[in-house]
Parts: sequence; structure tokens; C-alpha cells
Amino acid sequence: MPGKIVLCRCEDMTLADLEHSVARGYTDIEEVKRYTGFGTGPCQGKECLAVVGLQLARLTGQPPSAIPPFTSRPPLAPTPLRLLARAPDAHRFPDDPPDDE
Amino acid sequence: MQAGIDDEDDEARADASGQMRLPATLAGEGPLPASAEIVIVGGGVMGLAMAYHLAKRGLTDVVVIERGYLAEGASGRNGGGVRQQWSTEINIRLMQESVELCRRFAVDLGVNVWFRQGGYLFLARSEREVARLAKNIDLQNRCGVATRMLDPREALGIVPELDITGVVGAAYNPSDGILFPWPFLWGYARQAAALGVKLFMQTPVGSIDAEPAGGYTLRTPRGAIRARRVINACGAWSPKLAQMIGVEVPTYPIRHEICSSEPLKPFLRPMVSELASGLYCSQSMRGEIVGGVTIPGHASTYSMGSTLEFLATYARRLTRLMPILGDVKILRQWAGPYDQSPDGNPILGAPAGHPDFFLACGFVGHGFMMAPIIGKLYAEWLTGDAPHDIFGRSQLARFFDGSGAGLAKEDFNIG
Repeated sequence: MPGKIVLCRCEDMTLADLEHSVARGYTDIEEVKRYTGFGTGPCQGKECLAVVGLQLARLTGQPPSAIPPFTSRPPLAPTPLRLLARAPDAHRFPDDPPDDE
Repeated sequence: MQAGIDDEDDEARADASGQMRLPATLAGEGPLPASAEIVIVGGGVMGLAMAYHLAKRGLTDVVVIERGYLAEGASGRNGGGVRQQWSTEINIRLMQESVELCRRFAVDLGVNVWFRQGGYLFLARSEREVARLAKNIDLQNRCGVATRMLDPREALGIVPELDITGVVGAAYNPSDGILFPWPFLWGYARQAAALGVKLFMQTPVGSIDAEPAGGYTLRTPRGAIRARRVINACGAWSPKLAQMIGVEVPTYPIRHEICSSEPLKPFLRPMVSELASGLYCSQSMRGEIVGGVTIPGHASTYSMGSTLEFLATYARRLTRLMPILGDVKILRQWAGPYDQSPDGNPILGAPAGHPDFFLACGFVGHGFMMAPIIGKLYAEWLTGDAPHDIFGRSQLARFFDGSGAGLAKEDFNIG
């Protein structure tokens, strides 16, 4: 049954996958993220982090408060390169063409 | 999902209460053992490769202690590139051996590292850069690496999505490749543990004392451990550990940022890199475009924060080189530290006055690809073989006694 319980929908990660990770000794939430790939899809953990954290707490016999969230990564939402390329923050290299606006 | 890439039977199962029984070797529960022949500080790829090769050669009284979680440092934060296109003969030859070890890794260590030899394509935008590539290619060819110079149209034949406006030439070696960094650590860690090495995560070293009778005592929140020999495999944090015994290591951390896109259907074979900006990108086996760019002029820092400056610069350079990627979305960005060495070359071996304290730092962002071979050579040396050439020429003393003056400086620390 744990193989049918999906915890991270972006990356198809199930409760069985989490159990497998913990059984392997990858018990830090950052290690679980890297081993299972949970939280690395379009939502970047916004949907799955809490439920994975809760199940990880249960499996490792810790209170949920002992499981910090993994480091959240920018950008806040998936952002096209074309948009980012127009941000004024870009460093200009000597061979950069002039801005076309 | 990614787990399942190693498919041995689980050795731990949930008990009746639903709680997992952990394999103690990886979880590192409990206090440190009282002593060990070798304590390796740093649970990154360098330390774990050493631990594995030491144990494989019969030296199993080894303890690895890592300050954070497995792969917390640069080993878990890099782009996974593995190349033989270097500017010094010793690096070219070492990387030839490392590529061979990467090719065999899945078989030797029982974990799929998604190693893919799609080549490395370096693009030059000036005649000066072409001359630099030509000089390197000549040396690489003499070492048996099949790098060749391409004109822009030939580069387009390899990556049709390129906009070659302004590209003057390119260097291409088809046997360079990329790998997925994390499984490398899982493979080394698990096999080292299976051979008897003890691993402890979340175990920062607070102090090291040289013992009058030889060896060192390392103090941690898990208790103290007495080591006959210590290996400092802390990457960019190596100077801090060395300082604990009064050894000055002149490397310093430079933050390099990196990002990953949404997954795309496989289209990009080689790692593509641009000399002018240090831009690089490759397509992982998950389909994501993973890449970065080198923004000059930033001061040394241990900060691993993310910046919009990086994302904007990367996007600007990448969409110029591959306009077709304009609508591709970036999912996340992160950063890791390069362990910057003043002369671009690593620092290995034991410093003066500390014959039982070994350094393995200064790889300038390329320690990951070097680790398979450096870990093996280190283990061979520490278990009685004559030291490889690399140890003699990589001594710390060169920065203080002028002995490094005649050494070839590696100048191809790109990307």
C-alpha cells in the first residue's frame, strides 16, 4: 500500500520511496530530497514538503518540530529564461552585445 | 522518482510501531569510537572516495566525520562535469584515469551515477581564445585525448540549437561527460560502510590537538576520537580545519551559483561552455538544463545565498547562445563554494611539522571530477605505495619557499 500513497506529485514520490530512503540511512530531509527527488519539480516542495516532513518524523520517531523544512530555492515560481534575461541585474561582459531595447 | 537506482534489498525495515530501524553505519548514531587509524574530516566526494579506497586496500579502521548532512558541501552542489580538456599534462592524465573510473563506477560500486559521455564543447569568441584552445588541444592530443578544433559550422553540427554569431572556433572532445553527483556519494559511502568504515554525519569538529606521542585528538559533540592520522577533506572549509593545528592554508572560498530548468526531452549531447563568460550548461539524465556562469569580481565568502544577478546573467548569456531556450523555465537556483587556490593547483600531502595530517584541497571547483582518481592515489600512498607525482608537486610549502615557481599553472579552471 505505501507504494500507492503519493507524497510528491511532481516527482511521483510515494510513501514507499520515503521508507526506502530512510531504510538506506538517508534520514535528513535534505538527504531525502536528494535521494528521492521529492520537492524538485515545478512546485519545489510547496505542496509536498509538509506531508513528507510529517511522515519522516513518524518513520524516524521524532516530533515533527525536529524536522526543519529543506532550504527553499529561488525563483518563487518557474520563470522563463527570456524574462530573467531582461532583468537589469545582469552582469555585462566585455563582449556582451548592447541592449536591444 | 530517483530512488531505486540502486536496487539491493533493504537491510532495514519498519518495526511493528512503524518506526524504521536505521543502518547505524550511515546514520552515525551514538558516540564516536575512541580511536581510529585514520580519521577523515569531510563527508564529501573526496573524503568518501578516500575512505572507500583505503578500506578496499584493507585499511578499514577509518572513521569519516561530516559536519552536516551527506553531500551538504560542494560535492552536492556542482554541475557534474567530468572532462579531460585541461591545460597541464598532469591534470589531463589524471582526468583520463578519472573518466575511466567513472565509466566503471556503476559496476564497481553498485549504483547508477547516470554517467553520460556526450563530450564537452568549449566555444571561443576571439582569436586569442582560439589560440588558447589550440595550445591545450596540442597537449591533450599528445596525452591521447582526442580533442579537436572545430570551426563554428562544425560546432553547429554537434549542437544545432547554437547561435554561432560571434563564435570563432570551438574545442570538442567526445569522451568528456557528465554525471549525477549525489549517487557518487551514496556509492562511495555505502561501499565504504560495507567494508567497515564508520561514517558520522552532523558531527562538526570543534578542536584538534596534536598528541605528544604522535597522532591527534579530535573533539566533537559526539565525543573525542584519537586518530593516528588525519585527512583534511573539507573542501572550501579546509583552511578552517588546518588552522586548528596552526597550519595556514592559502585557499579561499568563492561562491559559484548554478541553476536547473524544467525537464526537457533529451536534445543536448555535450556540455557546452563559453570561455568569455564561463557560461556552461548541460542536459542531465532527468532532462533538466543545468548550468552556471562566472561573474567576476566577487569577494571571498562562505555564503551560499542566491542572487538575481546570477540568474539574470546566466539567462542573458544562455539565451544569446541558444535562443531556442528562451521559453524554458528555471525551477531552482543554488550555490556552492569553489576552494580557490592561489596558483590554480591543488594542495595535497602533509604540511611541514605535521607528517600525519594530510591535505586535499584547492581544486578550484573541479574537485568532484578529480576525486575518483585522487581518492584512489591517496589510498595507495597511505597504504604503502610510493606516492604519485601529483603529491610531490602539490605541496603546501610551494607557497612559502618558492618551490612552486617552476610549476605549470592550471589556467583552464573554466565554469
